[in-house]
Amino acid sequence: MNAPDSIPPPEPSQTRRAFLRNSLKAGAAIAATGGIAALVWDRHPPGTLGRGEAALSLPDFSVRDEGGKMAIITGADRVRTLRRGLDALGGIGRFIKRGDRVLVKVNAAFAAPAILSATTHPDVAAELVRLCRAAGASEVIVTDNPINDPESCFALTGIGAAVAAAGGTLALPRAGDFANGTLAGGRLIRDWPMLLGPFRGVTKLVGVAPVKDHARAGASMTIKNWYGLLGGRRNQFHQDINGIIVELAQWVRPTFVVLDGTTSMMTNGPTGGSLSDLKPTHTLIVGTDPVAADAFGATLLGKTHRDLPYLARAAACGCGTTDFDALKPARDSLS
Amino acid sequence: MKISTARRLAQIFFFATFVWLALVATVGTGWTQWRGWPIAWFLQLDPLAAIGTALTTHSLHPGLAWALATIVVTIVLGRVFCGFVCPFGAIHQFVGWLGRRVRRPKENMAVNAYRPAQAVKYYILIALLGAAAFSTGSAFVGRLHIGLLDPISLLNRSFNLVVLPAGDLVFERWFPGGRFSSGAALIGGLFVAFVLLNLWVPRFYCRFVCPLGALLGVLARRTLWSIGKTGRKCSECALCDVDCEGACNPMGPIRVSECLMCMNCLDTCPSAEPLGYLKRPSRGGEVTAHGVTRRGFLAAAVGGLSAVPLARLGGARTAWAPALVRPPGSVAEEEFLARCIKCCECVRVCPTNVLQPATFEHGWEALWTPVLNNRIGTSGCQLNCIACGQACPTGAIRPLSLDEKQGLGDFKAAGPVRIGLAGVDRGRCLPWAMDRPCIVCEENCPVTPKAIYVSEIRQTVRDGVLEVASADGATLRIRGATLATGQFASGDYSCKLPAEERGRAIVANTGDTLTIDGAAAWSEPPVPGTRVEVQIRLQRPVVDPARCIGCGVCEHECPMNGLRAIRVTADNETRDPRHSVLLAAHAATPSLPSNP
Repeated sequence: MNAPDSIPPPEPSQTRRAFLRNSLKAGAAIAATGGIAALVWDRHPPGTLGRGEAALSLPDFSVRDEGGKMAIITGADRVRTLRRGLDALGGIGRFIKRGDRVLVKVNAAFAAPAILSATTHPDVAAELVRLCRAAGASEVIVTDNPINDPESCFALTGIGAAVAAAGGTLALPRAGDFANGTLAGGRLIRDWPMLLGPFRGVTKLVGVAPVKDHARAGASMTIKNWYGLLGGRRNQFHQDINGIIVELAQWVRPTFVVLDGTTSMMTNGPTGGSLSDLKPTHTLIVGTDPVAADAFGATLLGKTHRDLPYLARAAACGCGTTDFDALKPARDSLS
Repeated sequence: MKISTARRLAQIFFFATFVWLALVATVGTGWTQWRGWPIAWFLQLDPLAAIGTALTTHSLHPGLAWALATIVVTIVLGRVFCGFVCPFGAIHQFVGWLGRRVRRPKENMAVNAYRPAQAVKYYILIALLGAAAFSTGSAFVGRLHIGLLDPISLLNRSFNLVVLPAGDLVFERWFPGGRFSSGAALIGGLFVAFVLLNLWVPRFYCRFVCPLGALLGVLARRTLWSIGKTGRKCSECALCDVDCEGACNPMGPIRVSECLMCMNCLDTCPSAEPLGYLKRPSRGGEVTAHGVTRRGFLAAAVGGLSAVPLARLGGARTAWAPALVRPPGSVAEEEFLARCIKCCECVRVCPTNVLQPATFEHGWEALWTPVLNNRIGTSGCQLNCIACGQACPTGAIRPLSLDEKQGLGDFKAAGPVRIGLAGVDRGRCLPWAMDRPCIVCEENCPVTPKAIYVSEIRQTVRDGVLEVASADGATLRIRGATLATGQFASGDYSCKLPAEERGRAIVANTGDTLTIDGAAAWSEPPVPGTRVEVQIRLQRPVVDPARCIGCGVCEHECPMNGLRAIRVTADNETRDPRHSVLLAAHAATPSLPSNP
């Protein structure tokens, strides 16, 4: 057979130069391989400690010098009780300043209409947005990581439309919004995915929650509402429900909270589903101390803070006081 | 304007319309959401869906009357649907065109020559319609499997469940958190394969596989107009084959049923005289036969017909698949399979992604029909949602009202629609099997009163009998104990003396002390040597089958992450009384007051 593809022997004069050139190329390839390997070297291979364990906590959003303040306003019109409550604390200007970016954490857990009171009422959410805007807030972001499908929740509860109409920004949880957080000294919130995306650039935090019965936790109010900032398989925390609520109280220090007890869910909570689960309790609480707000809220459900072990424990951790009377709450009535 | 240009514009228009209707098929009232868009319109235009379901159910579902328009147009003008309207055809033609560009004209002529294998699509049609037609009363119900290969169903399924969600993995535009479908690889793999085959043979699917194309080919056999020869001088150069989509031999004798009305031959003919869209018959002769032999016809028909008794012999009537939880409003299984065209429009519109295309695990007949999978998706079946029934083009899922779904108003006596029944797996449930509190399922049960209630007990914990060394007010020192600090301080534990019915709440503990709530302290603290019991309060979930609607929210939320400790099966589903669990007398009467 003839060999048409055979390579002619190199000319001797080229050999040395070609060899040196090829050696240089080989050296460069080896150096590049080593360099890339050094660049992508995994210093924390899976299974070793220290991976992503940096304590990532929220800033303290409470307003200095305001201390524990509380207003308890009775009345059926939640928009007016909210305004009256904030006025009783010295006006929203005490908390929200010009240029603030405000995050409002609503309870939008379930895809149920507002009338069932399983979620934050859209009127309260919208009024908060309006008040913050009027106080000069540059942006008011409303968020939650609900239990049911997020889009359905914000649509069906009416919160989405109400917030948009009031000039707020809705932040639906997206995969990229979760980052692992760790509570310094915490046992449960350790390297756990938290809804942090909506907090970008935020300077003030407001929590707004309804008053609801809850078979496992006793009641779901302003502190339990922070549960919606947890991501991942957060349902595991039901094994230590009081523990997780206490850690949430430590992790989240809001500017103020609103506890809407205009209508309270007395039974079948926290989902409800029927008007017969509800009771008109016609009370709205605004306060800077979530523990005190919830301790008072418990009374609307016919309970005391002693029925909710997480309140005393949160108080012991310095998150507030269960003795709400000690705050000398401003009490007022609409009528 | 050349007619081929008009054809291209029509294809672009209908393809864009198809994509738009797929994009907007999400629940909502915005103009980029479902609102009032006719999201199932292409499925309704599909005569194969109309004829197939008419054969199995002996009735025409209202929306499918659109298919009459397609049938009339085909009978009069030929396979205009394939050439101008079909969005799947547009994809095939575009990719085929890409493939054609790298071949020389002579090679394209060879590729576009008629092949006897083009008769395969007619055999597929015969088998599918044979299975659908075999219907003799209640014993044998025709099986509808047209959806496996119907081009509109196939494209709808592929686009909505694979192409758009794949794009969304990149853009995160339409679904926060992504959109997932079980068996997406099979659905998408078939789609990609059928699209890429066009690089080998243009319009591969249309020529060899498409049962709808075959049906339209049969209807087009006696069409009034068609592509044909004028009788004027033809040099028989065969350039008309270069871009021929249907491989129908326009030079003559033309195969009328194969012609896809692409009109390309009118452009590639160098003299423009010998070819035209004309009254029949063509002066160049015609072949109206489909290439189907008598023997082949019989074989395909028998093959299709045999699907019916073979399916029956599987015993699915009694040994029905309990994991096959159908969406609310679904008709009973036999009729469901006689109606479902596997288009997955319901799967697409489901806001929580809980509705999934079935894979083979629910039986081969259920492939790509909708089934709930409570581990995929963002939640279970939402109490206030009726989207799937409104989207279904064939009535396999009835369009329920919210009142009917929830058993309100006129439907109070009938009660809510149940799609299944949740059952607690007491071997896996944390409070039942592992002495740990949980009841996430109870928390999330959306019906009122809750279908999940709790049975409460106080259970002495492992190694929980402790001997008191000394007592100091509310604090007990324990002899020889090595407890973990805070171990019993979660609020769920209590300390019980032998004589007590019920313990007192523990608020703190160290390695060897227990502290109970000071306000509930003993009047006389236990004496040293007393053996106290540390108990945990467990609320154990119990399902009330008279209330459970099978929505699966509990299963979705169950923290037992792999095999859930509460799972929904199709037991007790409303759509088939033979699957009921409860005595009718117990199931029908609501025992508690509901909405005033």
